[in-house]
Amino acid sequence: MGKTLAEKVWDEHVVRSASGEPDLLYIDLHLIHEVTSPQAFEGLRLAGRGVRRPDLTLATEDHNVPTIDQDKPIADLVSRTQVETLRRNAEEFGVRLHPLGDIEQGIVHVVGPQLGLTQPGMTIVCGDSHTSTHGAFGAIAFGIGTSEVEHVLATQTLMQAKPKTMAVTIGGSLPAGVTAKDMVLTLIAHTGTGGGQGYIVEYRGQAIEELSMEARMTLCNMSIEWGAKAGLVAPDQTTFDYLEGRPEAPKGADWDAALAHWRTLVTDDDAVFDEEIVLDASMMTPFVTWGTNPGQGVPLGGRVPDPADYEAGNDRVAVEKALEYMGLRAGTTMRDVEVDTVFVGSCTNGRIEDLRVAAEIIEGRTVDENTRLLVVPGSVRVRLQAEDEGLDVIFKEAGGEWRGAGCSMCLGMNPDQLAPGERSASTSNRNFEGRQGKGGRTHLVSVPVAAATAIRGTLSSPSDLPRLPLVEEARQRRLETPHDGEEA
Amino acid sequence: MEKITTHTGVGVPLRRSNVDTDQIIPAVYLKRVTRSGFEDGLFAAWRNDESFVLNDPAYAAGSVLVAGPDFGTGSSREHAVWALQNYGFKAVLSSRFGDIFRGNAGKSGLVAGQVDEKVVQRLWDHLEQHPGSEVTVDLESRTVRAGEGPDAIEDSFDIDDYTRWRLLEGLDDIGLTLSHEDRIRAFEGTRPTYRPRTLA
Repeated sequence: MGKTLAEKVWDEHVVRSASGEPDLLYIDLHLIHEVTSPQAFEGLRLAGRGVRRPDLTLATEDHNVPTIDQDKPIADLVSRTQVETLRRNAEEFGVRLHPLGDIEQGIVHVVGPQLGLTQPGMTIVCGDSHTSTHGAFGAIAFGIGTSEVEHVLATQTLMQAKPKTMAVTIGGSLPAGVTAKDMVLTLIAHTGTGGGQGYIVEYRGQAIEELSMEARMTLCNMSIEWGAKAGLVAPDQTTFDYLEGRPEAPKGADWDAALAHWRTLVTDDDAVFDEEIVLDASMMTPFVTWGTNPGQGVPLGGRVPDPADYEAGNDRVAVEKALEYMGLRAGTTMRDVEVDTVFVGSCTNGRIEDLRVAAEIIEGRTVDENTRLLVVPGSVRVRLQAEDEGLDVIFKEAGGEWRGAGCSMCLGMNPDQLAPGERSASTSNRNFEGRQGKGGRTHLVSVPVAAATAIRGTLSSPSDLPRLPLVEEARQRRLETPHDGEEA
Repeated sequence: MEKITTHTGVGVPLRRSNVDTDQIIPAVYLKRVTRSGFEDGLFAAWRNDESFVLNDPAYAAGSVLVAGPDFGTGSSREHAVWALQNYGFKAVLSSRFGDIFRGNAGKSGLVAGQVDEKVVQRLWDHLEQHPGSEVTVDLESRTVRAGEGPDAIEDSFDIDDYTRWRLLEGLDDIGLTLSHEDRIRAFEGTRPTYRPRTLA
């Protein structure tokens, strides 16, 4: 019997396997940030251990860093201590760090792929649940806790029971304006937050093959939101084209050897998945959440659900609690929900393609007077690219805020937070109670929905906006005229 | 790590499903660089609510948490386990856990026992009828017990064999892994040269 992609990658990394014990799995890349690593380094120090493979380890500052005045000392002293602790640990243990001010600084899951460090067939871990992002390249990538961070630092391995495998097959093509974010929100509403538990999931089918690398990252990023151990996509020409020429991608003969191996990283025709879910992308529409977990969502054209439609007992109580927290009434049209803040950013939707989509919708328009638009690029490189393309000017002229790179309002660990009762439309990944600030109310949305919502002030899609023929014409002319120097 | 065989303590009924790790401890409490002191962040938002279960003096000294399905989903923050432990919890029972949370619990010595949803329901009812009563979590026999007489609850819980063994023996994972150092070294000798490195 053949093997699934996940089984192939897993089996290639088993250092030791013994009956009744988890496999000992080799880790190809360990990503680190300031929040979940200090206790791990302290553990090493107490045990007199070192970092086994600093050359397979990379650190960046992202979770608690401010997105304004990044050249000044961090004002929050506790945050500053945590960042300084990472700097000291990186120095002491010889770990490469991209600190604030460095051109490679940014959200750890944006930085790895953009450097070309994230490659097919690898095992990648990080003390962060959205490590699943890297699965977009056909890697097994998952989040770990701090004890496991220490374990990987000390041994470059992890003890892991081999998960089951699941196929999520998505046929058809996404309609125009419907994105990978809508796809994954639709999927989670279908499975619930625990539906993927115990599985490594392979996303496959025509709709997945048609996604760009960045869109695949958005999809894999949210694997954890339906409980999956990891989510991955088989590498293909899209993957290879994205990787070729990146700073840390293989070169010369190494590239040829890598490519030859990467081409074998597909699920065999006769392989059997333990479970399969089949969805049709052509039926999907913009999707938004109404509740306090990512599974509580409906199409943008839908309404806030009625608790009475749920089975009496825990399910109904959960919906009632969610609506109470969210300050929503059953039956309200989602498009009537007024939003105070729109957040575009995070490891889910903070890459250059996301910012281009947002800018295209916002260009020539003005942010609603009661709404705040916060645009936070996922990395310094993304910020510089966007500024090179003039996207920052579009956001600022519309009345939006343009910030430095970091996790920002996705988790509100830095000053970018919602006030109690404030409502956001957010391109991030979690709408948990208080996630974006104590008492804050989060609706998870795609980038196009976020951008249109910023303009209208209520949950909206670009189709709700009046057309701007002059802006469209000007854009078309710009696209047809090559940039200065582009041909050089 | 301390050995754990059995624990008996005040049971706390947490009648909620999908208790994600942001609820267990919000991000703003994650800035410490130690493993202790996180009890102030435990269920921080809910503890502002007078009617929250831990604000009831009968449950305040709780050490066995009984929660609805999908406990510990979301963020990988091990601080969620530390916050529970720092507060005084020794065990959490739920019908389903977030994967990473369950792994973190095993590493840190918090028993995460998976029980049938009906058992959760019975424990909730029992603990609400008898506030401050105790629950026993017996790791050796993988059983949970509460109450006495005809209404007594006794059922099994699931925890994987390996985690149970490590908790019973109080073993340190890194030490165990380093006993296979020769295997790790041998594996490293076979890794393809095209795999990336972060240092020149």
